[in-house]
Amino acid sequence: MRAEFAQWIESFGRREPRFIFLTGDLGFGALENVQAALGSRFVNMGVSEQNMVSVAAGLARQGLLPLCYSIAPFAVFRPLEQIRLDAALHNLPVKIVGNGGGYGYGIMGASHHAIEDLAVLSCLPNLSCVAPLCNSDVAGACEAVFRHDGPAYLRLGLGIWPDGSDALPDFQPVRRLVAARDRRPKLTVAGIGPVLLNALPWIRANGKTDLFAVSQLPLPVPDPALAESVAGSGQLLVIEEHVARGGLGEHLAATLARQGVRFKLHHRHAGGYPTGRYGSQRFHQQQSGLDPDSLQATLAGLVS
Amino acid sequence: MLRLYQTAHAGHIGSSLSCLEILVELCFRRLSTDDVLILSKGHAAGALYTTLSLSGRLPETTLETFYQDGTLLAAHPPCSGKLQAIPFGTGSLGHGLSLACGTALAQRYTGRKYHVYAVLSDGDCNEGSTWEAALFAAQHKLSQLTVIIDLNGLQGIGYTKDILNLEPIADKWRAFGFAVSVAEDGNDFASLIRAHDALQGKTGPGCLIARTVKGHGVSYMENRMEWHYLPMKDEQFNQAVQESQGASTDGTTGP
Repeated sequence: MRAEFAQWIESFGRREPRFIFLTGDLGFGALENVQAALGSRFVNMGVSEQNMVSVAAGLARQGLLPLCYSIAPFAVFRPLEQIRLDAALHNLPVKIVGNGGGYGYGIMGASHHAIEDLAVLSCLPNLSCVAPLCNSDVAGACEAVFRHDGPAYLRLGLGIWPDGSDALPDFQPVRRLVAARDRRPKLTVAGIGPVLLNALPWIRANGKTDLFAVSQLPLPVPDPALAESVAGSGQLLVIEEHVARGGLGEHLAATLARQGVRFKLHHRHAGGYPTGRYGSQRFHQQQSGLDPDSLQATLAGLVS
Repeated sequence: MLRLYQTAHAGHIGSSLSCLEILVELCFRRLSTDDVLILSKGHAAGALYTTLSLSGRLPETTLETFYQDGTLLAAHPPCSGKLQAIPFGTGSLGHGLSLACGTALAQRYTGRKYHVYAVLSDGDCNEGSTWEAALFAAQHKLSQLTVIIDLNGLQGIGYTKDILNLEPIADKWRAFGFAVSVAEDGNDFASLIRAHDALQGKTGPGCLIARTVKGHGVSYMENRMEWHYLPMKDEQFNQAVQESQGASTDGTTGP
C-alpha cells in the first residue's frame, strides 16, 4: 500500500498548501516522489517520534495539516502520550500513518509489528482509525483520513484485491463485499485490513456467507446491513490481524449488543507470539489461525 | 497567586513561586499580541493563570473558578483549546519544547511572525523528548524560539543533582546549538531582564537559564521539596502574604 499512499500524498500535497509531511527517518525507496513534490514541506524529523507528534500538534494549531509517518509500532506506541494529549485531546488534525500494520514486517520481529495499535488508538477522543482493505483501497482511505476534521490514524499493510480495482466497492467505513445467495445467510463474516482477503475466495465460492469489510474504527454509525445480516445468521466471525482485546471483534460485539442483536461471536485474531518463534507475515498468520487454509477450515466448520 | 492557592486549598505553590518572576517578565515585558507562551511545567499553572489574568489575557472571573468543579482552569493547564492565551494543555513533562518547536516552525509555511516561549523545569530536562526537541530546534535554526529553564534545583522527590544531575546545564544547551544566557538570580527582575536581553540578536534558538529558588519569597517554603505538594494552612498563608508583601516593598525592582 506504500506506493499507492505515496502517489496519493504527492497529489494531495501539490493541491493542498497547508499539508506538511513529517517522517521519522523512514521511507527509503518509497517517499522520494513525495519529498520532491513537497520541497520544504517534507521534513525528516529524525528518529524522534515523540517530538514528531508534538511538533505536528504545534503546526496544526497554526492551521497547517501535518502528517507523521513511520513504521506502525514506532508511529503509535513510542509517542502514544503525545498522540493522546497533544493531538487527540486538543482535537487537532494530526494524521498518524503507520506502515506495516499487524505482522506486516514479518521476520523483522515483534519490535516492528503493530497488533495492539487499534486498541490503544480507537479509544482516544476525536481520533479515527482507518485501515484500507487492499492497495487499491488506499486512495479512498486517505480521503477518509483527511475528510475527518480531527486526528486520525492510517494503518497501511499489503493486500491485493483479486479482480483488479474495478470490482472493489468504493471506500466506506463498512462495506458488504460478498452477499450470501439466500436472503438469510448461514454466517456473517466481518474483518479489518488485508487479512480479510485470506477468507475472500472461500466465502465467494461457498455462497452461504455475508462478508463485510470494516475500515474505520470507532464505527462512525452502526451499520444497519451488518446488523441485519448478523440478526439473520445468528453468528458473526470476526477476522483481524490484531489482538482480541480492543480490536474489531470487541468493537462490533458491543455495537451489535447495544442494537439488541442476538448472536454468537467467533473470533480469529492475532495471538501474539505463542511459540516464541518468528517468521514471515504468513508464518505469524498461521500461528494465529489467520492464513487462508486455517480460515477456510474455520469457515467450513461454522457453515456446515 | 497565594490567595488563589489558598482559596483552592491546592498544592504546587513552591513550583509557581519559583517561576513567577519569569512569567511576569514574559507577560508584562516580552509578549506581544501574536507571541505564544507554553508552560511546559504545567504544575505551575497557578502562576500562569495569575499572570495571564493580571496582564489582561484571562478574565478575572475565569481565574476565580480555579480548582472548582466545572472550571476551565484545572491544576494543570487545560487541553480544551477554549482559552486563547493557553494554546496547549500540559502537565506531563517533556511536551512543551516540542509543541513550541512546531509552533515556531509553522511560521515558515504560514508567513506569520511571532516569537514562541517555552518555560521548562528541572524535571522537563529529565525527559528524553525535551532533548529530541532541542536537537530539532537547532537543526532547523528556530530563531523565533526561546526556551526558559526555571532551574530551581529540585524535582519530584529530591534535589536534581542527586537524581539526574543536569550540570553543567549551560554547556549542555550550548552544545545542542542554543544561544545561552544565564540569570544567576532568576527571581530577580534585573537579573532576568539582563539575561533575557542578552539573547537579542542571536541566531538560532535561545535558551535562558534562570537559577531560581523553589518557593521563592516565602521563608518556610524556600528550597523545600514538600512545597511541591502541600497546601497552606491559614497561619502559613498569612505569613506567606506578609513576607511576599515585604519583598515587594523592599526595593526589588519590577519588570
